[in-house]
Amino acid sequence: MKIVVCIKQVPATGADKRYTDDLRLDRAGVEAIINPLDEYAIEQALRLADDGSADAVTYLSMGPEQASEALRRALAMGGDDAVLVTDPALAGADEWATAKVLAAALDKLAPDVALMGMASDDARGSLVPGAVAAMRDVPLLSYGSELAVAGGEARVRRLSATGFDWIAAPLPVVATVTDQVGEPRYASLKGIMAAKRKPLETWSLGDLGLDAGELSGAALTTVTDARPPEAKAPTERIENLPPAEAAAKIADWLAARKLI
Amino acid sequence: MSYLPSTEHDELRAMVRELADEQIAPRAAAIDETAEFPHDLKELLAQQDLLGTCFEERHGGTALDTVAQCILVEEIARADATTSLIPIVQKLGALPILLSGSEEQKDRYLPRLASGEWLIAFALTEAAAGSDVAANRMRATRDGDDYVLNGSKRFITHGSVANVLTVFALTDPQAGGRKGMSAFIVETDTPGFAAPRVEHKMGIRGSPTAELTFDDVRVPSGNRIGQDGEGFKIAMATLDRSRLSIAAQAVGIAQGALDASVSYASDRTQFGQRVSDFQGIQWMLADMSAQTEAARQLTYAAAARVDAHAPDLPYWTSSAKLVAGDTAMRVTTDAVQVLGGYGYITEYPVERMMRDAKITQLYEGTQQIQRLVVARQLLQRAGVDTRGS
Repeated sequence: MKIVVCIKQVPATGADKRYTDDLRLDRAGVEAIINPLDEYAIEQALRLADDGSADAVTYLSMGPEQASEALRRALAMGGDDAVLVTDPALAGADEWATAKVLAAALDKLAPDVALMGMASDDARGSLVPGAVAAMRDVPLLSYGSELAVAGGEARVRRLSATGFDWIAAPLPVVATVTDQVGEPRYASLKGIMAAKRKPLETWSLGDLGLDAGELSGAALTTVTDARPPEAKAPTERIENLPPAEAAAKIADWLAARKLI
Repeated sequence: MSYLPSTEHDELRAMVRELADEQIAPRAAAIDETAEFPHDLKELLAQQDLLGTCFEERHGGTALDTVAQCILVEEIARADATTSLIPIVQKLGALPILLSGSEEQKDRYLPRLASGEWLIAFALTEAAAGSDVAANRMRATRDGDDYVLNGSKRFITHGSVANVLTVFALTDPQAGGRKGMSAFIVETDTPGFAAPRVEHKMGIRGSPTAELTFDDVRVPSGNRIGQDGEGFKIAMATLDRSRLSIAAQAVGIAQGALDASVSYASDRTQFGQRVSDFQGIQWMLADMSAQTEAARQLTYAAAARVDAHAPDLPYWTSSAKLVAGDTAMRVTTDAVQVLGGYGYITEYPVERMMRDAKITQLYEGTQQIQRLVVARQLLQRAGVDTRGS
């Protein structure tokens, strides 16, 4: 059973995010990490490899050349090999273009399970897994808190309003997992050293039989505006007062805003 | 010799720092308060392959260079000095085997140390023989194919949690400590061995410092390290290298205190401005930083000379330990000053760091012994006879 984990390199969560003039994220000089939600997909895949359910774990990423750093980091956690799809024509790719490229790469890799995080930390579109499943015409098992694979089918445990459901589908599938999978492991020192020797291939659009002209600038969405969230009003602090007096002040504040 | 760290060094630092920030630093206060050995963190370090960095790959290690080993210790000590002693003592105890052990001894013991399955301790110091190593009294008497060990050791780091020890004992009491001492590998489940007591300490409180007793402990002659009478030489060669780990530990403690100071000073407001806006505080922070960096660079310079087998190694490692230990004490003391009253209470980590720093001026050779080593090398270079000193 072969798993391909799709990962995305994103700016570090706490990084100062800036935009270029055409409203794309300026990646220059910004610390980049594996999308934290993808780390749960990596952890899930490696657990399946640890217990013998998976024979091979491959990582797949689409992004600029520096995204190979994210793939090496993933390989340090475990797994066998990695593929980076990179092409100048992919700059500015939206969810549709990304899904098209990942679907083509997955056609070539032919995994039993294409595993993804539930969203990316930077864009949070959550559209790619569904789009990839649709394009490849395979079932989507989404938002799993656990993934199990046996007897030619995959099952995810998904939290519901009243408990949880087990959702099953025949292989091959696209699956996404949540942070309920369990804490992602740390890369060990030997893992980091071994990762340098694991195969990491780079594919262009041509290698996937995709037409650069068709994908270039073919995003279905356009970013019309980008701005940081509005600053909150400064916090008012009530300090150094007897508790009863402080409580009265808080009550007055809430009452003035018709909150109580 | 390059004066810049390699990409591998940077990667290692990033890896250990993440682990230390997330898993070790949050445990440090409790380890200090309870004075309990952090078995969980020993397991974590073992799992991440961080106890085998000084061992060759054929023994299950990762054979990192000495600068990298210093970075490992430094980054752990930045979070918690007690925990940094786990890799430090794993190397200290194993150094006699690494330097003078037989292939058979290496194959038997090093893989278990590299994996962290076993802990080792270095048992040299005795109640009446601290700096004066040659005053050791513990005996090892030949009896057929065995040696029989009798006596006691004191101030042995990890002595009560170790599975195996490297022990120094007199095989020829007439010849004295310098010529008549030999080194042995002793497994701690050997009958007659006990660790009856651990010390109550000012710092590194989670690291058990044990008294060890040997009552007719029988050790096969195959467990003697090196030749009969080579114990003193092996002990000195070990300390010439191991004290560099203490320099790295001191640098890490200083860095941890500096980082805590910068964080506090830029957060705390007094007289309507951040404490870090006061130039008097800025000068303190700058001095703390420059001194820490100087200690770090001297430590790395000494580390590079370990790998280059420099003939004047003791000069470098003693200088590094001397400078780094004094720096750790000064920087942590200043850190408490920067934090003011908050620095003096356990709500912030700097009072613990100040207590932890003190040991780096004492163990693996007091600062006075380091000065003696440095001065002897200095005078020898100048052609001055130092035998009488």
